[in-house]
Amino acid sequence: MVEVLKPGLYATIQDKGRFGFQAYGVPYAGVMDPYAASVANMLVGNDEDAAVLEMTMTGATLQFHSAAIICLSGADMSPMLNGHPIENHKALRVEKDSVLSFGGLKRGFRCYLAVSGGFETEKTMTSRSQFKGVTNQSVIAKGDVLPIMAQVKGMLQKHASIKINDAYMDANTIEVFKGPEFDKLSREQQTQLLTQVFTVSKDNNRMAYQLEQPLENDLDPIITSLVLPGTVQLTPSGHLIVLMRDCQTTGGYPRVLQLKESAMRTMAQKFTGNKVCFKWL
Amino acid sequence: MTSMTYHLTYKRFGEGAILIEWPAMIDEHILKDVLRFKAAIIKKDIKVIVDVKHAYNSLLIVYHTVCRNFENEVNTLESIYKTTDSKYDSLSILWKIPVCYDEAFGIDLEAMSKEKNLSKEAIIKRHSQAVYTVYFIGFLPGFLYLGGLDDTLHMPRKSTPRLKIAQGAVAIGGHQTGVYPIESPGGWNIIGNSPIDYFNPKNKVPCFAKAGDHIRFKPISMKEYNDIKVLSAAGVYQIESEVWHG
Repeated sequence: MVEVLKPGLYATIQDKGRFGFQAYGVPYAGVMDPYAASVANMLVGNDEDAAVLEMTMTGATLQFHSAAIICLSGADMSPMLNGHPIENHKALRVEKDSVLSFGGLKRGFRCYLAVSGGFETEKTMTSRSQFKGVTNQSVIAKGDVLPIMAQVKGMLQKHASIKINDAYMDANTIEVFKGPEFDKLSREQQTQLLTQVFTVSKDNNRMAYQLEQPLENDLDPIITSLVLPGTVQLTPSGHLIVLMRDCQTTGGYPRVLQLKESAMRTMAQKFTGNKVCFKWL
Repeated sequence: MTSMTYHLTYKRFGEGAILIEWPAMIDEHILKDVLRFKAAIIKKDIKVIVDVKHAYNSLLIVYHTVCRNFENEVNTLESIYKTTDSKYDSLSILWKIPVCYDEAFGIDLEAMSKEKNLSKEAIIKRHSQAVYTVYFIGFLPGFLYLGGLDDTLHMPRKSTPRLKIAQGAVAIGGHQTGVYPIESPGGWNIIGNSPIDYFNPKNKVPCFAKAGDHIRFKPISMKEYNDIKVLSAAGVYQIESEVWHG
């Protein structure tokens, strides 16, 4: 078990998400950066979609009530075990009563903690991904005790030689496809969309990232239609909104672009003030 | 009658999905056709399809990781559309949803009454007499997209959304009316509150209504509201319903 001494800014338990419930208006949810989460999981010998802790901007302070094998991936938040610096992408054994804490954010925005066995918090509609109104708890809080699945022995070395390429974290190019309403844009709007450097606004979270530089927008809203994580919507004010994992199932703004699945992880590691540009596939 | 089919467009939606669109309008015949096609695709149980979801005039087919050959998949879908039985015989239920229009809940009734030059009683009457069609569930878990709001009750969304709208709030936004299933921010005009559960993730069927069902709002007093709230919280309130033969 892991006790939350401090939750950090915003941390949630996530797995690959909730599929098959969109008809009830339930978002997919799931890890924002599936690559980092699966790397951390594999390095501790878990299935790649075992539940992990997703920490945003500032890390949590956690105390282990039993020994465990852990691994971090994604953002570098200057992790420390009992006050001594440790590294991402290194599975290590933590003894009972150890404290995992974090310092300053050095790189990226979202850090994943995997523990061998995986977190065993409440499962609702086939998933442990926390989401308001679906799971009882929507974020982790001080004093929470997070259960861990029974550990599998001798798995520490299993993926020790896994090749990690996290260059995506520093990329600012977001690969995209045309969205369903892309062709309704004028030539000028299309060109701007694909050449402009956009800044991530302060309105960014697990539901969506709003971008700062507005486009001229004279498109009418559409009849409420379907969206997916990675859909880029053009709002009446001309701002672009990139939908992320917790996005609504439907939306009424024109859908001008759709992110390549692998671009989602790059986007998920961006935060307020970061620059991105869209690149045609 | 010969089978009614529409000219559909098929668009790629990213690397892993195909969007199918009907003519751009909100129409019950289109809804039936969307649901008929959706049911036929689900029935085929195609392995690479992980999710099929619909809205007013569209259907989104989500493939496992990537949709490998767009043309092939479209051909498959087109043939399903053409060969499916033209009738869609899913039982439609008419749900009678209790709503308390007391001003303790209907915080925008007064403003709306002035704006529309209609008495509050007239607004309540028109809102509760109509039969609404459930087109789909979206926006929030358990939020029903309803068609059929009386033209005279159309009311623009508020220019500044409220940060908190109570669970169960019954509201009007533009041409639409709906019920907030959980507390949420929102810009619609609040005219009442409904004491029942719209979404319960613990239930086998998390929402009582499904696309294609119908709804009528039934005005109740504050006393009835409180009683139903208690029963609903205990999980023993039965929503009145009947088979709809529209």
